[in-house]
Amino acid sequence: MRYAETGYNLEIDLTRGSFDKIPTDPKLTELYLGGLGTNAKILWDRVPPETEPFSPDNLLIFGTGILCGTPAPSTNRTIVSTFSPQTGLMAFSMMGGFWAPELKFAGYDKVIIRGKSPDLVYLWINGDKIEIRDASHLRGKGPLEVTELIKTELKDPKVQVAAIGLAGENKVFYSSIEHGRSSASRLGVGAVMGDKGLKAIVVRGKKDINVAHPEEFMNLCNEVLQYRNFRWENPIKGVPAILAGVGSPQEMALRDEEWHTTSFSWGHARTRRKGFWTKEIEEQWNNIQDKAIIRLISCYNCPNECGALISYPGLGTPTYMMKCYSKLTYVMGAMSNDLEFGYKIAGQAQEYGMDGYTNPQVMAFAVELYENGILTDKDMPGFPPRAPDGSDEERFFWLVKKIAHREGIGDVLANGVYWAARHIGKGAEEYDHNTTKKHEQMVIKLGMLNPIYYLLYGTGEKANITQIEGQIPQVPLPKELREEFVSDWVQIPTGKEERFKQFMMEWGDEDKIFPYYPLPDLVCDLVEWQEIMHYIDDATGICAGMSSFLIKPPYHIHNIPRMVSLGTGIDINEEELWEIANRNRTLLRAINVRRGVRRKDDEPPVDHWKRRFPDYEAKLKDEYYRFKGWNSDGIPTEETLDRLGLDYVAKDLKERGILSDGKTEGALETSSGGGSEK
Amino acid sequence: MRKITVININADKCMGCRACEVACSAFHASPKYSSTNPERSRIRVSYDQLNDIYLPVMGGEYTSAECNARYTITLDDKKYEECGFCRASCPSRDLFKDPDSGLPLRCDLCDNLDNGALDEPWCVKWCLNDALTFEEREEEGEEPEMLDDVEYGVRSLIDTHGLEKVVDAVTRISKRE
Repeated sequence: MRYAETGYNLEIDLTRGSFDKIPTDPKLTELYLGGLGTNAKILWDRVPPETEPFSPDNLLIFGTGILCGTPAPSTNRTIVSTFSPQTGLMAFSMMGGFWAPELKFAGYDKVIIRGKSPDLVYLWINGDKIEIRDASHLRGKGPLEVTELIKTELKDPKVQVAAIGLAGENKVFYSSIEHGRSSASRLGVGAVMGDKGLKAIVVRGKKDINVAHPEEFMNLCNEVLQYRNFRWENPIKGVPAILAGVGSPQEMALRDEEWHTTSFSWGHARTRRKGFWTKEIEEQWNNIQDKAIIRLISCYNCPNECGALISYPGLGTPTYMMKCYSKLTYVMGAMSNDLEFGYKIAGQAQEYGMDGYTNPQVMAFAVELYENGILTDKDMPGFPPRAPDGSDEERFFWLVKKIAHREGIGDVLANGVYWAARHIGKGAEEYDHNTTKKHEQMVIKLGMLNPIYYLLYGTGEKANITQIEGQIPQVPLPKELREEFVSDWVQIPTGKEERFKQFMMEWGDEDKIFPYYPLPDLVCDLVEWQEIMHYIDDATGICAGMSSFLIKPPYHIHNIPRMVSLGTGIDINEEELWEIANRNRTLLRAINVRRGVRRKDDEPPVDHWKRRFPDYEAKLKDEYYRFKGWNSDGIPTEETLDRLGLDYVAKDLKERGILSDGKTEGALETSSGGGSEK
Repeated sequence: MRKITVININADKCMGCRACEVACSAFHASPKYSSTNPERSRIRVSYDQLNDIYLPVMGGEYTSAECNARYTITLDDKKYEECGFCRASCPSRDLFKDPDSGLPLRCDLCDNLDNGALDEPWCVKWCLNDALTFEEREEEGEEPEMLDDVEYGVRSLIDTHGLEKVVDAVTRISKRE
């Protein structure tokens, strides 16, 4: 008997219209757990680096975390993996909601999709009954509308639907897969789904998910909930409200937007508006938020209500659900002063199925090109003028429609900033200043190099600056709060307690500031802790909003191994779980290395910080690569791969000449290089 | 005096996480907590997200026949699903029936609070938003007779197939085993 997992994957071939229920190898669970880990293993084994993202041979995998469907609180993540049309690298985009547990109850750990359907179809997984159904009547419709139509069509209000919108059908490079208030948004997973002719996957399940040690498992769940309640009542002192609590984060419940609006950059990641958050704005925005949100809502088996139902007369779109920070991304991109604009356009863009982080940046980039005469009225006939207050709201409404339809200039912009800039030419490349590995990054532009984030952002395989951090505050705590902070910091990995507590106590003191503090070896330790916790979540299906994204989270390196062991029946201790996460992280690196990623690509945007230190950054990278067991070009060495049980990876990399026999050291690079020069 | 136990449902506070279903189905698994399956839960959240309907309902008594007339309720301009407030396990719908056997499922107040091991039902315990709260009080009157799960299931089988057939079947099975 398999515990926590079902032991089956559902294989769908859309070209042939066939499906298979395939038993999985329990050995792979022991090595990679589930979710992202086993997704990566399948992509390594079955999709060679020559395969184009829009090839029928590219796989689109909907994986569930190993603990999804068990009572483990907040464990509901679907990990969508494929190769990104935007970056050409492995995409792993994730969503919460209800889809993953429902798939488990239907009897599957993953749905693996290959091939292409000649006609638009949707997949109906009703337990053991699988149907590939015509979706021509759903063409062009938004995910929420599709969800309602399918519920009626199948006469079951309890089905869970993951669907693409028009943008996905049109293969917009940053189109999302939407599921209620949740979405797998980043890196164009929706475009791959659209390319496969798949409009939606609908799931309903009525089977059991078992756990190996029931009583102890349930007790541990109660402990996690208790600590969550403690943290709910006791926000972290000395950090912005948005980072102080529990959740993914609490963007819907909280109204204090001082931190986002004054610390992040507006327009095309250009302008800081340090004085934006005035009393007047605060009052205005609070009123709008109170009017717009009719209920806070949660994902499956999670008390944190990070989402909200949005509706009011005059909204201009039907009722929809929102989470996180997309209420602000459009507002800031369009230099708007009006939160209401955010709710209006986010609702539209979500029904088109577009990533709320990349989309506003692409549009702000187009505005910038227009203002600088690189795009003209000839390229954009009918482009509205800038509003008298300096905002580009009308222009954004105009652009979002063009992009979703791939109409005119929209067809170019639909490929994201990197590709659009090169297509447009005429100096447009100069304006591509906020991408890493061809992907739009968070709109943060700060002064002093942060060595921790330099490595996290530069080397992270998620290829984007969102939700790869956690565990420690982003800036030093005020001196008087440090003692209290470290006094009950139980989340630190075994053996690192003194080191990390000392760091927290002295960070911010006179000579203990960025960029030369913390020292590179401590930077690596801190980076690895943050990184590993995310890889653990992505394999288990635990939401980062209860775990890796938080400071002092309810889930941590001491209770997750117990949760996994009690749930799966596979005995895994702290060290072993760490190693699994490290194996998954290294495998992802190898997948991207096989697709060409090297040291030069591991760079945050050049202007991410005003003060850069190329020599020191090169040293940081050297240190991190050494720490991870990679060579100086960022390729995991044979020794590292062997140690992690990835000898088949080493063999392949050697056969391809990426790793050389006996000599795994690549050319040593001394300057930081890379990035997009401005 | 008899003890009255009440689960109060505040639908305005429900945020649709369905933790109540998770905890309920885990408690009623055999062995206890060994499996989860919302379909076996004796409390279900009926939700119609876009219409702002989130309504937890506990399984009530089993009935062998449909009502003469079904009903719909509209409250605060929101139309709830047909018989949406009804707790019965009834032939007109799949709600509150075991997905494998079809036998009725009803709230047993965590088997009457698990012989003193529970101070509140699991669904209430796991509803951290207080959409579900628990209350006990004393009232005049006799303690009602409560059927256990087996009797309850057999009663539904008798209603469907007749007493004779059920007795025959049980006799045959006991001889074989």
